[in-house]
Order: sequence, then C-alpha cells, then structure tokens
Amino acid sequence: MTDTAIEAAGLGRRFGRRRAPALDGCAFRLPMGRVCALTGPNGAGKSTLLALAAGLLRPTEGTVTVLGTTPAAARERLAYVAQNKPLYPQLTIAGTLRLGRDLNPRRWDARTAERIVEEGDLDPGTKIRALSGGQRTRVALALALGKRPELLLLDEPMADLDPLARHQLTATLMADAADHGTTVVMSSHVVAELEGSCDHLLLLGSGRVRLAGPLDELLAAHTLVTGRAGDALDPHTVVESRTTGRQLTALVRPAGPLGDGLHGDRPSLEEVVLAHLRAPDAPPLLLDAREAAV
Amino acid sequence: MVEYRIDRRSGVATYVQIVQQTKQALRLGLLEPGDKLPTAREVVEATAINPNTVLKAYRELEREGLVEARRGLGTFVRKSLSTAPADSPLRADLDAWAARAREAGLEREDVAALFTSVLDAHFADFKGDA
Repeated sequence: MTDTAIEAAGLGRRFGRRRAPALDGCAFRLPMGRVCALTGPNGAGKSTLLALAAGLLRPTEGTVTVLGTTPAAARERLAYVAQNKPLYPQLTIAGTLRLGRDLNPRRWDARTAERIVEEGDLDPGTKIRALSGGQRTRVALALALGKRPELLLLDEPMADLDPLARHQLTATLMADAADHGTTVVMSSHVVAELEGSCDHLLLLGSGRVRLAGPLDELLAAHTLVTGRAGDALDPHTVVESRTTGRQLTALVRPAGPLGDGLHGDRPSLEEVVLAHLRAPDAPPLLLDAREAAV
Repeated sequence: MVEYRIDRRSGVATYVQIVQQTKQALRLGLLEPGDKLPTAREVVEATAINPNTVLKAYRELEREGLVEARRGLGTFVRKSLSTAPADSPLRADLDAWAARAREAGLEREDVAALFTSVLDAHFADFKGDA
C-alpha cells in the first residue's frame, strides 16, 4: 500500500523538437484521498499531465508514479475522462454501461453507474449520438465511477454542464469520495467552480508547477495587503503588487508580521490564482513535500 | 438535524461556515445534546463540498468539546451553547449604550463599526474565526 496517489519527478513531455515542452520538470506529490483542483491558463499543460498520469501518453523526461506503480500497471484501478468525453456514438446508454461492466468484470458497480444516469432523467435506450454535450458528460462520469476507481482523473469535467447538473455531479463525486476515499483530480480553468469541492491545488503555468499543496495551507501562506503607495513590502515575498492613486494592493507570502501601516486580509482561492496568473514570474510555492504519517 | 448552507462568496472558509452554523443551531436550540449531526456523506450530497472539509469542521467542534464522534454511529452533540438571555444585565447595558450612541448622533453603521472594533480588541484571538 502507498499513501501517494500521484508522484511526479522531473516530469516533462514534448510534442515535437521545435516546440516548447508542454510539461517541463514537474515535481509534485498528491496524497491519497484528496480532491485536487488542477488549474492554469490555456496551454499550461493540464491535459498533458492528466494523460500522462492515465498512461495514455509517455513522458519524454522524468517519471510519474500512480498508485505506487506505473500508469500502465495502475490502469485497472484508475479512471480517466478526457475533455471530449469519447464514447461510442452508435451504442445506447444501456449498451455503454454493459460495455463498462464487461471491460471491468471484477470492479463494476452497476448501481452507482445506473443511479448517475437516472439522476439526469436519461432513457437508457437512447443512443449516445443523440445526447447533448452535458448528457454525454453524465454518461462518461457514470462509466468512470462504475469502474470503482481508486483514482479518478477528470479533464474539464464540468465545462458543458448546466448549473443543476454541475451541482448534482459534483455532489455525486464528493459522495463517492466520502464513501470510498477516492482520490480525484479535476482540471478546470474556472477556479470558482473548484473552490469548495477541492482540498488540494496544483497550479500549472507554461508547463511548470507554480503552486502545489493542500488548499488551506496554500491560502494561509498568502496575504492580501493594502497600504499606501510607497510602503515597503520587504521582507515578504511579493507575488504581485500594484498601486492605484495613493493605494497599494499586493498579494504577498508574509515572512513575519506585516509592517506598520499595512493591512492584511485573507485572499480567496480565486485571488491567489489570478495573482499568480498575472505574475508569471512569481516564484513557485510547493507545499506538497512528504507529510508526516498521521 | 441541521442543514448547512454554504456561501462560496462569503470569503469565510467552508469548514468555518459549518462550525459557525452548528454553533448557531446550538445557540438557537435547533440542536440539543444527544442529537446526531448529518454524516459527511449526507452533507456533501446536499452541498457538493469536499468531505474532508466536513470532517475538519467536525474535528474542530469535537476539539471544542461541543460534539463527540462515536465510532460507527456518527457525530453527536455533547453540550449546548448557553447564550446571554434576552433579559440579562449585559443586554440592558448594551441597550443603554446603543441609546447613548444614537443620542450622540451616530449612524447605524458608525455604531456597528465602533462595536466591531471593540469586539476585535477584546476577542482578538477569535477574529475572523468561529
């Protein structure tokens, strides 16, 4: 047994020699049982990272270890839902779930899969090709959760869901995590969508890890500072600062008490992520080093 | 049973919201000693929040001695939270103070700001927390 769901070391992936690598020197560790938000701007490497962890791509540098083994060896214990939700268009929903059962004979949980389909008021006799994007997502998630995975990798799972379906499916995912301790990695560039349901964060930028660690520790490491223009921010690590008229606003990683005249507030996840996106040269903060065993 | 309402825009950490709402239910008598809190699964199915957040909130309530986890059974209320009754001397003092503030020409928001700053000065440890 291992307490680590995914561990990457020097992980890199290039597509063609001339292009900048999609992932470059990524090192992070995701403990088991976490619900991890994978975020970053378009082209940051989110989908590449998920495909590497799922074993659909091979790294061109470094390694990724999944559930204590290689992605290929962990294939049976993980489920991956790609961004385009690939399903067989000519199959019915019932046929798709039968396929899931036949491909995962030892693990298949028919009740869970059927319940997810039923919640969406979908007729099991409907062909996949007749479904809307959001309905296909629902079937893809039913297939993924029916497999009873230990690790669930979801690439932009909520992108084409209406608010009700999004809430229902997030709740289903969270209930699954509560029941079985499933580790979930969800990518999205809509940060607000992930706040609340995630307890771990991985922020990528230009193929590198910029923030990694437990969400509340990452938030606690940052302070939103307001003061007067010209106030000194050292010795704190400044992620981003700007002045508007006489006012100074900054996101810092405090290195002790704030200086005189500075007022500190706790930032939201969105504020922390946006500040890092606006400041691509801010130093990375990785808080996912091995945690002491509890 | 208590139902949690999570406000994602409030800026208050989700687990703190659960702690606060549980305490509020205890103060209002909606929860009494012996009552069972909803399971993590029930909370996340209703709210779509992370189960570890619920467990963190329950651990915090347990640390404060308000609830106890019974293995395999769930989390139960241990004690209620007493609050100053409506006719207590403290309330009378505050009432008189508010009347003086109004006579002095303070607006509602001025009074609220003053009250909050005094609260912060006396309860610094609890600032922004449960």
